[in-house]
Amino acid sequence: MVALPIENVDTDQLIPARFMSAPRSKGYGGFLLHDLRRDADGALRGDMPLNRHADASLIVTRRNFGCGSSREAAVYALVDAGIRAVIAPSFGDIFAGNAVNNGLLPARVTEADAEDLIARIGAEVPAARIDLETCTITLGDRDVPFELDPVQRTKLMNGWDDIDLTRAELDKIARYRAERRKTAPWAWPVAE
Amino acid sequence: MSAPRTMLDKLWGAHEVLRRDDGVSLLWVDRHLVHEGSHHAFAKLADRGLAVAEPDLTFGVVDHYAPTRNRDAIADPQIARMVGTLQENAARHGIRLFGLRDPGQGIVHVVGPEQGLTLPGLLINCGDSHTSTHGAFGALAFGIGATEVAHVLATQTIWQARPKSMRITVDGALGPGVSAKDVALHWIAKLGTDGARGHAIEYAGSTIRGLSMEGRMTLCNLSIEGGARFGMVAPDQTTLDYVRGRPGAPKGEAWESAAEYWLKLPSDPGATFDREVAVNAAEIAPTLTWGTTPEQALPIDATVPDPARLEPGKADQARDALDYMGLSPGRPIAGTPIDQVFIGSCTNARVEDLRLAAMVLRGRQAKVPGMVSPGSTPVRLQAEREGLDLVFIKAGLDWVGSGCSMCVGMNGDIVAPGKRCASSTNRNFKGRQGRGARTHIMSPAMVAAAAVTGELTDVRPFLTKRAA
Ligand code: SF4
Repeated sequence: MVALPIENVDTDQLIPARFMSAPRSKGYGGFLLHDLRRDADGALRGDMPLNRHADASLIVTRRNFGCGSSREAAVYALVDAGIRAVIAPSFGDIFAGNAVNNGLLPARVTEADAEDLIARIGAEVPAARIDLETCTITLGDRDVPFELDPVQRTKLMNGWDDIDLTRAELDKIARYRAERRKTAPWAWPVAE
Repeated sequence: MSAPRTMLDKLWGAHEVLRRDDGVSLLWVDRHLVHEGSHHAFAKLADRGLAVAEPDLTFGVVDHYAPTRNRDAIADPQIARMVGTLQENAARHGIRLFGLRDPGQGIVHVVGPEQGLTLPGLLINCGDSHTSTHGAFGALAFGIGATEVAHVLATQTIWQARPKSMRITVDGALGPGVSAKDVALHWIAKLGTDGARGHAIEYAGSTIRGLSMEGRMTLCNLSIEGGARFGMVAPDQTTLDYVRGRPGAPKGEAWESAAEYWLKLPSDPGATFDREVAVNAAEIAPTLTWGTTPEQALPIDATVPDPARLEPGKADQARDALDYMGLSPGRPIAGTPIDQVFIGSCTNARVEDLRLAAMVLRGRQAKVPGMVSPGSTPVRLQAEREGLDLVFIKAGLDWVGSGCSMCVGMNGDIVAPGKRCASSTNRNFKGRQGRGARTHIMSPAMVAAAAVTGELTDVRPFLTKRAA
């Protein structure tokens, strides 16, 4: 577990826009927090915990992590860098949804617990455990409860695929569509 | 009698295909807008061998990577590839594309309303957080990620848990030089960038009723900077007047029945909201950001905050922001020298915005270089008909083609490291306009005033001098 004691880590910082044209198959891990991790000449900064502990899989950070744009690439960068969960007092709404859609856990803890975890992480990277069943983070002898929207929790546990789930409802969608065409014909654009 | 309902209740109910036991709804999507950044979603669709479910309800726009100069031969191969990929995907799936040479081209959130694709009562999705802009019409409009874009492409529906409702009521007259941008920065500074997280905002009150559609779009656009995915304004006569006659808008009898329905969308009297916030318009001064998040905003006549006087979390962030922005605490923000200006983006590049900026710049010279990128090709042509382009050019600014441009720098229009830019955009995040770029966001009129003086400046004296 590494600490990133910054508020409002926005998606422009998580992945600067200039990297977003790459296809996912190339891997996005190298773009993660690129401009925080590297100097202008590209050298890795030694004072950045994520650089010293490249195998970390959990990040503890401050409020409103992932605010800003809807770019799912921010989540790809985290996931491709091996991050499994981000622990913070709050997350940007779109980011949290994107995270769950890619198997990344956005775990909400209290401000006090986030600060406590950040303080407990010293120079080393301690091993922590996350239990999705009980919604607990264990770091040494300390158990910290976290919150997760129940729907998101189920999704993370079952790995739901929304498109398949929805395609099972195609008849209901077709009925809705037919009804909307009748009651709101104006909702279809006028052909030019 | 049924209980009074909010506009959110009405719009949600009208789009609900089904609701699961856990309360999550499957919603019908009336309009889906895609751009070059949607390449991940199209790739997901291709992986599964699926077609776009409703190509007639899907529209493509080239904006994020659109070159603002020399469009006919895109020099950068990576940019050419991004534009080309969208073109191929649009052609493959039979989607109407507003491509670089299309007379309707522009930024997606300008194009939708302009072409009448955005209408009251619709549910609109786009893989872009500023989709909240379209809520200005009384539509349910929200930004989504790539997985969700793929889902909408494949099914024309989206799973959503209903957000909480929030009403921001702004009453009173706005002072001279104070616009929708200032209203937005004012409330975000008050409540924080996560102040409205989890909520759908409805903007109400006499000030909002008095705003043009363009002002309402600016306000709704910035909702996401306060954490809200949704920002809405109830449809009224101003809305109908804007929509009527647009290419995609209903005509004849269809118009009549649509308009009748739209005027029933406003929240019922007595409807209750999960959260209410009141703002007094008279208290709002021209506002700009000093730091690296939109909540770090202050009136132009204020001083840069001193971290020593802030609570601990905020203090850390303020120190870091001051360092990045190269500012000293306790000093007036006005008078800070700038290197360049930018007028553009889906927030503030509609013709009304350009008129306001031109009003300040007319007959004056810019002390610093800068770019003006109209929000769309129709906006560009309208501005040229009014001679606004000449005002900018004579002042010494570049008049360029439309696209996201320097709002996000994907097309190569960036602010150099360490340079300070007065910008009419929406995000002052670190590196947003280019690595190391220092961004101050403000209204287009304020940007124009900054251009004239070469420093962050109160626009108000410029306007009173003009009136005299
Ligand atoms: S102008 Fe800026 S904020 Fe608007 S859609 Fe383009 S990149 Fe996003």
